[in-house]
Amino acid sequence: MDINTLRALATPIAFIAFIGIIVWTFSKGRKGGFDEAANLPFADDDDDVSVAQRESSVEKKTNE
Amino acid sequence: MSTAFDHPTYNYRVVRAFTIMTVVWGVVGMAIGVLIASQLVWPDLLANIPYLHFGRLRPLHTNAVIFGFGGSALFATSYYVVQRTTQARLFSDVLAGFTFWGWQIIIVAAAITLPLGYTQTKEYAELEWPIDIMITLVWVAYAVNFFGTIAKRKMKHIYVANWFFGAFIITVAVLHIGNSAVVPVGALKSYSVYSGAADAMVQWWYGHNAVGFFLTAGFLGMMYYFVPKQAGRPVFSYRLSIVHFWALISLYIWAGPHHLHYTALPNWTQSLGMVMSLILLAPSWGGMINGVMTLSGAWHKLRHDPILRFLVVSLSFYGMSTFEGPMMSIKTVNALSHYTDWTIGHVHAGALGWVAMVSIGSVYHLLPAVLGLKPGAMYSTRLINVHFWLATIGTVLYIASMWVNGIMQGLMWRAFNNDGSLTYSFVEAVDASYPGWFVRVLGGGVFLLGMLLMSYNTYMTVRSAKGQETEAFNADTQTA
Repeated sequence: MDINTLRALATPIAFIAFIGIIVWTFSKGRKGGFDEAANLPFADDDDDVSVAQRESSVEKKTNE
Repeated sequence: MSTAFDHPTYNYRVVRAFTIMTVVWGVVGMAIGVLIASQLVWPDLLANIPYLHFGRLRPLHTNAVIFGFGGSALFATSYYVVQRTTQARLFSDVLAGFTFWGWQIIIVAAAITLPLGYTQTKEYAELEWPIDIMITLVWVAYAVNFFGTIAKRKMKHIYVANWFFGAFIITVAVLHIGNSAVVPVGALKSYSVYSGAADAMVQWWYGHNAVGFFLTAGFLGMMYYFVPKQAGRPVFSYRLSIVHFWALISLYIWAGPHHLHYTALPNWTQSLGMVMSLILLAPSWGGMINGVMTLSGAWHKLRHDPILRFLVVSLSFYGMSTFEGPMMSIKTVNALSHYTDWTIGHVHAGALGWVAMVSIGSVYHLLPAVLGLKPGAMYSTRLINVHFWLATIGTVLYIASMWVNGIMQGLMWRAFNNDGSLTYSFVEAVDASYPGWFVRVLGGGVFLLGMLLMSYNTYMTVRSAKGQETEAFNADTQTA
């Protein structure tokens, strides 16, 4: 195959891949997984809370 | 810094180090910016010292703010975000330390070689080949560390911010190696392996994607973590963020030719670059809307939270400059704007308004967190608020003066008399630019003042965190 045919094909292939990504992204079955993923920044909030607790325990100790 | 702050799971040490250096290089880089802006208003300023000439300091300014300030912010936030969203410690502490010290040595090497006049003369890729090799080593270590951390993640999903950081790391590696291909002829002298129009095209393939991936994709990674985190709610649409990601990274790579309109570059390449730049508006605004809409239902938080204000206003500037960019890439508009101050204004709408403000907001959020305090709990919230207004006013002064100057210069340069001769000589356009250049010095100075307040706030936050750690230690030993 001529290399230029491949070069020309790259554009429609990229376009079809992009349409594929959109279809995949908006398919119904993915909602639960995306909700899980969207909440990842909050998954370790406990960590910040424990830090805050440690601070308040420090305050208590220093107040005593 | 002491090991007293060390987190049980995460490597916060490297994040702290990069965060502090973000502030340091921000002040240094922007101070040089104000200096060179002053040199344009007062040309005699330091004119007799060759090392401090505008032509040598200008690349130092861009390297210090892009790679020193922006780069340190990217390292700090990516190391912070990747650990917290995978709940895994960084792949390697040794590599983390290597990337920190390696990166700082690179910036210092830039600060030494550029004033001495050693340069490859490629914009944003000025550093000579030995420093380029060092950048490659640090970058490979960075990639191994980042993707190694993702590989050992405890969660099923890879959060979208990490996709943006990952794309930024991979693409910058490809761009840097591609554009830095040179034949060395001495310890600090080399020639590009490309020539003529191809060399220019490779340079702007690199240059525009330095904007697209270093200064956009990486900072979008910041946006996707810190905006939801500071607003206390998940991103507006995770689906939109996935389409945003793939559209942005597949389109940006084609936009480079708009830097070479009306040059020796083939005309079809220029038109292709223009069309791709226009299409780029869609993913840019998709991402901007996704970030801003994350606040829907929580707008009231903006009233009390200057950190959130930094993040949201950075998105407004992002939306503005990603509208302006495609417009300026239209060849007929570019015929007016190219080589004028409008371009510099556009760059700074992105650099000050978007990149710097989203970084500043992110630093204010994460610095207390990596010091063992509550995220966002800086020493003084009032100072953050003052900083916010200084940054906003400084940016607006800067870009408004450059719009006026740019359009004026473009119109003066293309004005013809009836007999076909030029209406204005070049120096008349220079003379007419002085008021705008003075306003730029003011705007830059105001922005720099905000950065100085940030340094003070950072110093005081670190100091008070240290004090608390000592208290905690004493309290522990007393009760024991």
